[in-house]
Amino acid sequence: MNAKLKKKLTPYGYLLPTIILMMILLVIPIVMVIDYSLYDNVIANKNPVFVGLSNYAAVLKDSAFWTAVGHTLFFVIVSIAAHMIIGMVFALILNTRYLSTRTKGIFRAIYALPWMFTASVIAITWRMLLDPNGVLNYFILLFHLSPEKVTFLASRDIALQSVTLINIWSGYPFYMISILAGLQGISPDLYEAAALDGADAVHSFTGVTIPQLRPILISLIMLDFVWTLQQFALIWMTTGGGPVNATETVSTWIYKQGFTKFQYSMASTGAVILLIVCTIIGIFYVRHQKAEE
Amino acid sequence: MIGKQKKSVKALIIVLLILGAIWAGFPVLWMLSNSFKSNAEIFEFPPKLVTANFSFEAYAKIFQNPEQVRFFINSYAISAIVVVLTLFIGIMASYAFSRFEFRGKGLINTLIVAVQAVPPITLLIPYLSLIVTLKLFNTYWALVLTYLVFTLPYCILMVTGYLNTMPRALDEAVMIDGGSRWTALWKILIPSAIPGLISVGMYTFMQAWNEYLFALTLTKTNDMRTVPVGINLLMGQHAYEWNQMMAMSVLGSLPILVLFLFFQKYFIAGMTAGAVK
Repeated sequence: MNAKLKKKLTPYGYLLPTIILMMILLVIPIVMVIDYSLYDNVIANKNPVFVGLSNYAAVLKDSAFWTAVGHTLFFVIVSIAAHMIIGMVFALILNTRYLSTRTKGIFRAIYALPWMFTASVIAITWRMLLDPNGVLNYFILLFHLSPEKVTFLASRDIALQSVTLINIWSGYPFYMISILAGLQGISPDLYEAAALDGADAVHSFTGVTIPQLRPILISLIMLDFVWTLQQFALIWMTTGGGPVNATETVSTWIYKQGFTKFQYSMASTGAVILLIVCTIIGIFYVRHQKAEE
Repeated sequence: MIGKQKKSVKALIIVLLILGAIWAGFPVLWMLSNSFKSNAEIFEFPPKLVTANFSFEAYAKIFQNPEQVRFFINSYAISAIVVVLTLFIGIMASYAFSRFEFRGKGLINTLIVAVQAVPPITLLIPYLSLIVTLKLFNTYWALVLTYLVFTLPYCILMVTGYLNTMPRALDEAVMIDGGSRWTALWKILIPSAIPGLISVGMYTFMQAWNEYLFALTLTKTNDMRTVPVGINLLMGQHAYEWNQMMAMSVLGSLPILVLFLFFQKYFIAGMTAGAVK
């Protein structure tokens, strides 16, 4: 082989394992899932019939799917808002000059704790905390917050709020740590200039802190949106989408279509719709990241 | 007046500090506390942090049960293989991105960035038939290969960034001395990128250790289950062995906690790279 050709091929050699893996386990599966969504039923049916877009029409007409979309939106929007508020408050506390570095270090580790746990550990721990005979209900009865025990995860009225609470607990540390890193990157000169202009604490927060953190906050919201939209493990292991369908989200809906009802084509259709939504957010995220550079 | 205001600000901070610690820490403290209780004491009223029957029995039971020990062996083995393969394959790809211009570079790069927006559940259904077709169902490889799809992109983006900060003169010096590009990459460039690779490696380990959806669907028998799936299996089988489930949760969280304690700086750098530039 001549040297020139060899030089031309070298980068592909380094990329070969990545390319093979991404072809077989990313490109082909995406083509497959789109293909599945165009047949009446695959895998379970040996001779599936091509039905065009009628699965999409069926999914978009299914009221259970729209109920799941509604729950997902509640779950995502409330989670993001709470993550942002809690993450911001904790980051601001950990960034004040009133506390010693040592105190800050200890509390930063405590506040970051939920980050260390995998979804199944979080699910089981919270099932225990929120149990009708659990410790939270003990305090609820002790302080007369409710006349009787609250069935957080088993009541159709509050199961979705309870699952959202668990997700809030598990997700805010990422915001806190990212915002904290952002706060430490803001030049003190900006605050001094604001103080010279007579800005009080509130004004320097809205006038300096928020504008300086804006790029980080936007990235956080977009990343969290994609992650929370796909949240499956936490919901699956706390309520399984129930009681009845009170906590059914798009991902538990897809999973049930596929793996409990064996309607793989319907599951694939839902999966493609989810992929489209995530891709759109993904494009905005990449554009935002590029604009920052 | 100003002194008084300062005092009240400080008081407010201390109140928030403590409330925050309860919110963040109490569930973890309760998990730990319940892992030392007897099962009858878990839902005792009034609840106690340390009960009369404080013991390590729940832990002993887990270590005595080969089925449960197996969950840990599986999780450690799979996570370790994923970390090694991600770093090896990812470093090679990063070298190509950092040091060469070639046809299709933009396309491959876009594909790698795009993976981060692909929901795992979208790939799950085709994976099931692919993994069955490849005869990998219910094996380590079913999980290792599918995890790589999600761990590689982050590794490639990060390591390409590190390599871009290293002058090309380093590679050229090696090649003038008669060394190959391969030697330049592994003997010269990689050793100076170790701190960054630790961050990437830990993030990868955490992704693999925590993964649930693929582990649930692409394995079947109990001897192939990982810790996240295994903890939940305990719930189904012995619905009321709360103390054992808590002990298993503590044990299952230890690797990540230990990594965090010893490598806090790298850990945070790795985890926040997505949002903080």
